[in-house]
Amino acid sequence: MNINFKKEKISLVAFIVLIVLYVCILFASFLSPYEKNYSNRKLSYAPPSVIYTITPEGKFSKPYTYNLIREFNPKTLSTDFREDRTKRHYVKFFSDGFEYKLFGVFKTKKHFITTDNGGELHLLGCDINGRDNFSRLLYGGRISLTIGFLALFISFPIGLIYGGISGYFGGMIDNVLMRIAEAVMSIPTFYLLIILAAILPSNMTSSERFALITVILAFIGWAGFSRVVRGMVLSIKNEDYIKAAKSIGQSNLKIILKHILPQTSSYVIIAIALSIPGFILAESGLSFLGLGIQQPDASWGNMLKEAQEFYNILYRPWLLTPGFLIFIAVLSYNIIGDTIRDVLDPKSEIGR
Amino acid sequence: MSIWYYILKRILQSIPILILVTLISFFLIRLSPVDPLGEMRLNPSVSKQTIEAETKRLGLDKPVMVQYFIWGKNFIKGDMGTTTTGEKVSVKIKERALNTLLLSVNVIFWTWLIGIPIGIIAALNYRSKFDRLLTLFSSAGMAIPSFFFAVLMLIFAQKTGLFPIGGLTSPNFYNMTVLQKITDILHHLFLPTFVLCTLSLAGVSRQMRANLLDTLDSDYVKYAISKGIGRKKVIINHALRNAINPLITMLGFEFAGLLSGAALTEYVFQYPGLGRLILEAVMKSDINLVMAGLVIGSFMLVSGNIISDILLRITDPRVRAD
Repeated sequence: MNINFKKEKISLVAFIVLIVLYVCILFASFLSPYEKNYSNRKLSYAPPSVIYTITPEGKFSKPYTYNLIREFNPKTLSTDFREDRTKRHYVKFFSDGFEYKLFGVFKTKKHFITTDNGGELHLLGCDINGRDNFSRLLYGGRISLTIGFLALFISFPIGLIYGGISGYFGGMIDNVLMRIAEAVMSIPTFYLLIILAAILPSNMTSSERFALITVILAFIGWAGFSRVVRGMVLSIKNEDYIKAAKSIGQSNLKIILKHILPQTSSYVIIAIALSIPGFILAESGLSFLGLGIQQPDASWGNMLKEAQEFYNILYRPWLLTPGFLIFIAVLSYNIIGDTIRDVLDPKSEIGR
Repeated sequence: MSIWYYILKRILQSIPILILVTLISFFLIRLSPVDPLGEMRLNPSVSKQTIEAETKRLGLDKPVMVQYFIWGKNFIKGDMGTTTTGEKVSVKIKERALNTLLLSVNVIFWTWLIGIPIGIIAALNYRSKFDRLLTLFSSAGMAIPSFFFAVLMLIFAQKTGLFPIGGLTSPNFYNMTVLQKITDILHHLFLPTFVLCTLSLAGVSRQMRANLLDTLDSDYVKYAISKGIGRKKVIINHALRNAINPLITMLGFEFAGLLSGAALTEYVFQYPGLGRLILEAVMKSDINLVMAGLVIGSFMLVSGNIISDILLRITDPRVRAD
């Protein structure tokens, strides 16, 4: 596979964007100034901190910020935030913060960006519980950007083997298996997702929930995928080398796994590349409705739940940032998927 | 094989699939630890008699397999039971399904009306600036999460005041004349349609572009052009007709995608559609409603596929041949 990146500048950009996103979520605890569940109730819905580099006297200075103080405004009956100008908090890089384990192994306290003693730095403001939006975006990305991949690893093997068996054996087995697949395809995907998510018991730990949501997401697409695989297997199984393998007495399973399914690999790669965005969108949709990843865990979808309130949309735009991140990630995946398809399947003209 | 025979065959083929759908959904729902009448028992406005009638009607004291057959028998008779608030499920579903159908048909109409010309222009100006721009825009259109886009559109509606926020009708709908009613509905439909169109426009225009490029590259088109028939005439009479056929196949898929995609959009816009109904039913664990909604949704999807197959048969002589 040689993707000509010079020709496809845009897919190079998309590729870099994705790498940056994944590096960011890999180093989430290093990059984020706060822990995922750190909350400061006094800073509920606090706006992003402003970082100053020029002092009021007009001099250049090391970057600094002010803490925010919440005040009730009796005239407008609203809660306003005002900067506490009495004390400057300088922004520090590669300095100590909360302790965490990098990659789950190395204990460290170093953080990319923090402030000096008592300072509070909320680069993208806070949510309703006064949790740092920026940090949660990074932690949420861990779930939103990986759950699709995990679901893929469940859904595609099932589709491959299912379609392989159906096409290879044909006859009655084929008939029954394909009718079942068609029945699953006949239920509108999102309705099915909602219902599967809703029958999960509510008293699960967050990692159990994560695993089960992954399994549920894997329900998308396996049926359609297995149908295409079946079609390909039907045409492959009459090739001479399959007959040869049969005549030397290889088992059916071995023939399917070793000789037939590898022939479908280029289609499989294309299908995988094109289906990742669907998984990401489905997770965010489910979590947006409150059926996916639950609080206090963060995912981009459940962070967007806050966008269901008008006041938030209009006056707290920083709460919409997860939406833009989903957009960027999905767009990049789409572009890369198109490029991969063009490379592996030159007949297809779509998106060229 | 006449077209009527084909239609009959397709309908008969879809019956076992629909039965399987009901089986799958029934067992999925029964697998859940939810008490099907739990919500009803808690609702003081639902009388004891109703609950007893429901228990008997659903056969809750009998094994699951028997329950399924009881449900199936009732369903065929058109009796889908009552919701947890005591309303008739069939009445509610009918209203909501029609609303979703209205939205979906509206969306498909506009995406085709806009998407096909765009695809044609892009294909005829292959690799031009317009073509590249289209590819970029359509990638972007496909990447926006529908609910997020809907939320952004709500901000737009709120700020400009040009469009009503959510719902399908205004509060004073029943006092309007017929003409006012129609404009009122169209006014409310605009934003959901716009959101869903943007999402599916990309697919249609790309598919159209790809199809036309394929046909333009085929031998019969080259032959016709080399014979001296004008390029314009060849494209209109030969290439376009064949290029549109795969889109008709896509119609079924598109409809399926719309039913799913519409659920989130309906939720954000508070549009009284089937998707939102199911969602609300799921949250209230209203089993009768969920079950009926699932089956009706699947029924709509299957019908959409059958219709697109039949249309394809009418338009494409090559499909008829085999």
